[in-house]
Amino acid sequence: MTDTSRDTATWMQRNRMTVTPILFLLPGLLFFTVYVIIPIFQSFQISLYDWDGLGAATYVGLENYRELGTDRNFEISLWNNVRWLALYLLAIPMGLFIALFLNQTVVGIRLYKSLFFFPFVLSQVVVGLVFSWFYLPREGLLNAVLQFFGLGTVNILGDPDLATYGIIAAGLWPQTAYCMILYLTGLNAVDPEQVEAGRLDGAKGWKMLWYVILPQLKPATFIAFVVTIIGALRSFDLISVMTNGGPFGSTRVLSFYMFEQALGEYGFRMGYGSAIAVVLFLIMLVFIGYFLWQMWRDERAARHG
Amino acid sequence: MFPTPIEKRSRAAQITYQSLLPLALILWLLPLIAVMLFSIRPFSDFGAGNYWGMPSSFEFFTNYGRVFFESDMPRYLMNSVLITVPTVVGAVALSCMTGFALGIYRFRGNLLIFFMFIAGNFVPFQILMVPVRDLTVNMGLYDTKLGLVLFHIAFQTGFCTLFMRNFIRALPYELIEAARVEGVAEWRIFWFVVLPLMRPAIAALAVLVFTFIWNDYFWALVLTQGPGAQPVTAGITSFNSQYVAQYHLMSAGSIVAAIPPVAIFFLMQKHFIAGLTLGAVK
Repeated sequence: MTDTSRDTATWMQRNRMTVTPILFLLPGLLFFTVYVIIPIFQSFQISLYDWDGLGAATYVGLENYRELGTDRNFEISLWNNVRWLALYLLAIPMGLFIALFLNQTVVGIRLYKSLFFFPFVLSQVVVGLVFSWFYLPREGLLNAVLQFFGLGTVNILGDPDLATYGIIAAGLWPQTAYCMILYLTGLNAVDPEQVEAGRLDGAKGWKMLWYVILPQLKPATFIAFVVTIIGALRSFDLISVMTNGGPFGSTRVLSFYMFEQALGEYGFRMGYGSAIAVVLFLIMLVFIGYFLWQMWRDERAARHG
Repeated sequence: MFPTPIEKRSRAAQITYQSLLPLALILWLLPLIAVMLFSIRPFSDFGAGNYWGMPSSFEFFTNYGRVFFESDMPRYLMNSVLITVPTVVGAVALSCMTGFALGIYRFRGNLLIFFMFIAGNFVPFQILMVPVRDLTVNMGLYDTKLGLVLFHIAFQTGFCTLFMRNFIRALPYELIEAARVEGVAEWRIFWFVVLPLMRPAIAALAVLVFTFIWNDYFWALVLTQGPGAQPVTAGITSFNSQYVAQYHLMSAGSIVAAIPPVAIFFLMQKHFIAGLTLGAVK
């Protein structure tokens, strides 16, 4: 062994606690920076330009954002995002309800739990197709059932006032399943002694749920909130598959409208699309900030506790 | 246990519960059952308006046979496999390493990098879309499987790092200290001490990432365009435009597209659920 190699060996030895994590982080960090972190900043930059994705880009300052202010379609999309957010949260109580219903130990319950969870495993594309056929005015099962009960037919996806709600209902199906599984796992960990103690204190039904069970389900509820809010703001697949933004653009949300502007059939408006993406990102950032703050608090508590 | 175990309730309550279970399940899966019923009907039933009565003949093999032998479906399925499997391997490998670095070592910026991974994992896809598409085009990888795989690996690394780091944090740290006292090199600690303990986490992540990537639609739309590279989620829309209004074939096609993640889920349920709860709900 030569002197130099011994030198490097000792240098490595001395600094191994610094060098090792850097080497282990490098590949992952590199990928993540190139494909996720840098593009975020690039999108901010592109949103200040008028660009068709091919030719030269013209700097237009905040013009794209000014245009958003007068764009009726942007306004519709924004309102639909609000609807998605508000109604998607229903998945949490619905998931809790099903979890409570299934939290028993009868024969075959495991299979029931898996089958109730099953919609979550399907891709959103398949969920979208399944529901658009379910809603079909002539061939759909929904209208067959409505007619059976003597009610008239509805064309949910063809009606601008109903279509968004029809899509959200489709989205709630897998999302409820997700929340259900979170709560089922949470219920498994509920402390039986506390439940017994609650029973001795005369807590029953709703009271027991509210004062004894739900506080213990807090971690599950937190994750359910995170995934549901992110899921609501990310909704794209269902809209694209079920209505493609229609009828008359009534089902667009920001994520879909952005795609339409940047890569849709009406031409490539990368700058304008990026401006929409930035708005969506800023909305999401409020939630992301809140989530991270919560996690950071837990992290600190774990370190000092 | 909450609610009160049903076996402690009256006999009547037990019977009601036992009969409610299958009913609720059928109601819950109704839209899916409808599609399954469509997929075994002959085309003539739809013309005759016989949507929900007895099928005039049982065409399971004809319909699914046509999906497999007369359409591009097998190609799309193959593309999906060739996109999903490398992504799973890549993302799990990278995040084992990042998770190890962030979970074991204390250094300045550790928490910052960790939170960057988490935050990146939550951003809307649209904020990445234009630059990532541009980058892929410039690398000559537009409409290739590799282009999709590289992006998916990068993006999934965020989620996987969150998962792996928390898992490694929960391992007994004394094991690593003991190895260090013995003078074991750091990379050997990773390979021989930590990695074997990470097996359950690797299994959970692999199953989960497989499902996420198989079901991806948005990036397939952005980064690919033809049967050469498109995965089955994007392919199904071309399949449907080929068989417009032929509900028996369209439903068979979407069932075929959905089967792989469903099969994985039923085979590896325990891992799947452990992954979904992010290890946070024990």
